[in-house]
Amino acid sequence: MSINPNHPQAPPLAQIPVIRLESAAKVYRTGDVEVHAVRHVDLEVQRGEFVAVMGASGSGKSTLMNIVGCLDKPTGGRYLLDGVNVADLSRRHLARLRNHKLGFVFQSFNLLARTTALENVELPMFYSKPLISLRTQRRRAKEALERVGLGDRLGHRPSQLSGGQQQRIAIARAIVNQPELLLADEPTGNLDTRTSIEIMGFFQELNDAGITIVMVTHELDIASYCKRIVVMRDGEVISDTINPDRRLAATERATLDHAEKQAKLA
Amino acid sequence: MLLFQALILRPLLTAMIALRALRRNKLRSTLTALGIIIGVASVVAMVAVGNGAQARIESQVSALGQNLLMVFAGNRRSGGVNSGGGSASVLTLADAAALAREIPDVAAASPEVTTTVQAIANGRNWSTTVAGESEDYLKIRDWKLAGGSMFTEREIRGSAKVAVIGSKTAHELFGPLNPIGQTVRLKNIPFVIIGLLASKGAGMGGQDQDDRIIVPFTTAMKRLTGEKYIRLISLQVVSADRMAAAQQQIVSLLRQRHRIPPEHGDDFSILNQKEIADTVGSISGIITMMLGSIAGMSLVVGGIGIMNIMLVSVTERTREIGIRVAIGAQGSDILLQFLIESITLSLLGGLLGVLLGVGISKGISLFADFTPVVSTGSVLLAFGVSFAIGVFFGFYPARKAAALDPIDALRYE
Repeated sequence: MSINPNHPQAPPLAQIPVIRLESAAKVYRTGDVEVHAVRHVDLEVQRGEFVAVMGASGSGKSTLMNIVGCLDKPTGGRYLLDGVNVADLSRRHLARLRNHKLGFVFQSFNLLARTTALENVELPMFYSKPLISLRTQRRRAKEALERVGLGDRLGHRPSQLSGGQQQRIAIARAIVNQPELLLADEPTGNLDTRTSIEIMGFFQELNDAGITIVMVTHELDIASYCKRIVVMRDGEVISDTINPDRRLAATERATLDHAEKQAKLA
Repeated sequence: MLLFQALILRPLLTAMIALRALRRNKLRSTLTALGIIIGVASVVAMVAVGNGAQARIESQVSALGQNLLMVFAGNRRSGGVNSGGGSASVLTLADAAALAREIPDVAAASPEVTTTVQAIANGRNWSTTVAGESEDYLKIRDWKLAGGSMFTEREIRGSAKVAVIGSKTAHELFGPLNPIGQTVRLKNIPFVIIGLLASKGAGMGGQDQDDRIIVPFTTAMKRLTGEKYIRLISLQVVSADRMAAAQQQIVSLLRQRHRIPPEHGDDFSILNQKEIADTVGSISGIITMMLGSIAGMSLVVGGIGIMNIMLVSVTERTREIGIRVAIGAQGSDILLQFLIESITLSLLGGLLGVLLGVGISKGISLFADFTPVVSTGSVLLAFGVSFAIGVFFGFYPARKAAALDPIDALRYE
């Protein structure tokens, strides 16, 4: 089976949405009870978008993320990632997709404890096929960590770092394989406001560099850093709008820094 | 370069991940490996003990003499009472002479009569076995003299009252004195001691071979036993490959001499040293195998211990597995990681077990009167088995880890 989107018969890459959900649904069966976590969601995300998926807990946004992240398959409808129907792919192919097309950032960071920052970031490349030479792995992991401002923390372990720093390691890990799509599940859920702004700043930078980002959050002020906001309730999309007044983390940080300086002087 | 990375480096790195995980739980890893350590150590030590005992028994058998055949008189029955082997009065000196004379494969023969007497010398007395033998006896039994000389054919013909004394008997009667030239009284008849036997240790049946006095068979029959018949004839065959042929010729010659009709059985029996060696060898081989397989069972128990701990480890590291799968690890990557971990554990146990087993064998050799022989075969086998145990008992937990649903695994607390 070919998963090459550059196949001659396929339309040019730029025209294909990165994510295309066609009345996707997910039904869990526990005994006789059916739980409709996601009901016929239609959603398209184009290259370069930065989408926030909002909703209360139980709205199905996490299930949707799992489907988009190829960790789960829809029970109804179709999910096309880069024009490829995920339902047709084997576990092996899905693993490969996750490895080189997708990057994950979780609420609880999900770093390997007792493993250095550098090794954590190298981890996705360890599973890459074709293989990446160890030297290249090291170089790219270093670059990714430098990109998130942790170039001086390569040998530190997660437990020796703050929550914000840990999440930055996780971001470095997510981008080290140059994915097309970055998926973030409540990335600021465990962080304070200042650190949250910092993390959103990195996301905006990455998005400006061309990476498509889909982020799940239940906080409106975090969602307001995104270009587009999708709201879910009871497994359905109830609103899908372009964010009219998008916040920019970089300017906010500058303001915040300035305010702090003022406070210290006073 | 990348091929090297795929075939060698990646498994090596995976092994390092495994080693790191094992180091993290030092006590637990040690206790888990202990099962394998004990199992392998006992296999190595038990097989070494078995081999050592076998080697010792075989050396005892070969100490009987070179290419030895023993012809025993058959059993006597009178009125339904069976008096046991050697009791029939059928073998004569003439038989012994005929065997030596007429069968070319027989190099030497010694008729034997034995009796137990109270030996008196040097103001002491000691109950011992007196054996009447021919001048060839020492050669046949591959026995050396520690001093003096063996009696000669002339002394046999002359029924000379001379004796060759065993080291134990000499010690009991003379203590530190040199027995040669001394007189020992057997049934009140004075014998001059002309030779001292070298020590040979315990015989096959556990009897002390050094507690005996050897005299010319003629003298023994006339003066000590008064019997005309002999108990057994010891024979030396010219070479090992003539043993079977010689035995056949002996049977037919004796049957002919004893006028046994074809439908009757022999009135004598023949003990073949090679057959003894084979029998003893196969028995001790069975014992070695038994010891080894009992020890092998503890290896299986050790393997179950490994499986148990690996299952715990998989559960503990569910989240780690989830992370690895989420960022692109294949099921086979996870399988390999945990498999290598269990193999590392069992091979480490195997290595320490071999060392411990060798140590135990060395320890045993300090106390036992034989030396355990650690064979390369048993070491390799133990190693191979511990590897196989790692694979076998590690596979189920590893497969369980590989089959984990990444969503559940990531949510696992």
